[in-house]
Amino acid sequence: MAEFRMPSLGADMEAGTLVQWLVKPGDKVKHGDIIAVVETQKGAIEVETFQSGTVEKFLVDVGTEVPVGTPLAEIRGEGEAKPKPAETKPAAAPPKAAPSAPSPAPMRPAPPIAPAAPGTRASPAARRLAEERGVDLATVSGTGPEGAVTYADVERRVGAPAAPAAAPGEPEKKRAPSLDLDAMRVAIAAAMARAKREIPHYYLEHQVDVTPCEQWLAEKNAALPPDSRLLIGVLALKTVALACRRFPAFNGFYRDNKFEPSEAVHTGVAVAIRGGGLAAPALHDADKLSLDDLMAGMRDLVARTRAGRIRSSEIADPTITVSSLGERGVEALYGIIYPPQVAIVGFGKVVQRPWVIDGAIGPRSVVTMTLSADHRVSDGHAGALFLAEIGRLLQEPDKL
Amino acid sequence: MSDTDIRNVVQEELNNIAPEVDMATVDPKADLREAIDIDSMDFLNFITAIHHRLGLDIPELDYPKLVTVDGAVAYITARLNSAKQ
Repeated sequence: MAEFRMPSLGADMEAGTLVQWLVKPGDKVKHGDIIAVVETQKGAIEVETFQSGTVEKFLVDVGTEVPVGTPLAEIRGEGEAKPKPAETKPAAAPPKAAPSAPSPAPMRPAPPIAPAAPGTRASPAARRLAEERGVDLATVSGTGPEGAVTYADVERRVGAPAAPAAAPGEPEKKRAPSLDLDAMRVAIAAAMARAKREIPHYYLEHQVDVTPCEQWLAEKNAALPPDSRLLIGVLALKTVALACRRFPAFNGFYRDNKFEPSEAVHTGVAVAIRGGGLAAPALHDADKLSLDDLMAGMRDLVARTRAGRIRSSEIADPTITVSSLGERGVEALYGIIYPPQVAIVGFGKVVQRPWVIDGAIGPRSVVTMTLSADHRVSDGHAGALFLAEIGRLLQEPDKL
Repeated sequence: MSDTDIRNVVQEELNNIAPEVDMATVDPKADLREAIDIDSMDFLNFITAIHHRLGLDIPELDYPKLVTVDGAVAYITARLNSAKQ
């Protein structure tokens, strides 16, 4: 019998709150199915199972905050015999990360998420709780980004304690409601402080003529309806992913004092959250996707990230991050590596610059790329070659 | 569609992208990228929404004409009127 556990979604995550089951005991699931929603400092995360089989039973009540690694459910593998009732051991009480709100009746299918009232912003978990408790979201004052209603806001509205005092002698834990910007800032601070403390960064920059990209995109997009058009950012993602194949020292994880290169290239896409905050979920296998598929994936990923619906694998899997402040008016950005990754590539805004081509000066569209990389894994020489490779790939967008 | 109807559509679709913004307080002549903090993905989503809602395929070359609320309303009005003729 396999256990479906509270996932670790980054080095800074210690616990999460189970807020919704998307399956019920007896349901068949397969590898990659989204079966639960948990709330963390990173927001509401849809959690996939990596075990195929039948959901045998739930081990944790909805509404409970538990440490990373806590078994949440049992999944009986395909071909595995169903245990007789007498053989089924009673589930041990899950370790609670902190006393939590009184749990609603366990083991019942979760009701569908209530649609938010027009004009009311709310996290999916908050909408679900509001539906469950019969609360009109429009009557709840939100404390999330730009007034969005969070899980804790709904808890307060129904009179349940959002975060009861910790047991004597136990440090009080901060509640982590969905897209709570304060909580997200704590998570960002922890990860970035760790990165600056532990990772010996080095920084490089390289200016690239992206006129060929602009010309190619203009021609391609002219023949496409808006929902199929590409942005220049997708070319950046693809070229970084392809360059990672040739330069594996920038793609992978540094753990337990050693570097683990990754065969797969899962590019983390830095997404700014409205009102503040940042997440960098993965676009899986970015090196293998066509530009059209990559663009569709990026649109979906950005929309879900901003709506607080990231999937667990998207949080845990990025092997390198790409960040672009695009039109925000800066020409270069120097990123901080998100541990345990070992590199982040930054793209500034495209600017018009005089440029020498074939001995003549002319106006060209130029972008400044930067690399922040981990000196425990690579050196500046390799970093320079890596950036140059990205620049070279950007000269031939039709071959991406 | 009247000018008011088109303005309402523009404001509704921008509000879908920036739900926390009170569009009534946005200067209709202000650059939307600054006024309501939208990026290239948001702007493409806005263009896509207008396409789906009004059947208006706006080419990239015309994007600069739609970077303010007034500009977007004027552009869409002109395109819809020319389509009728």
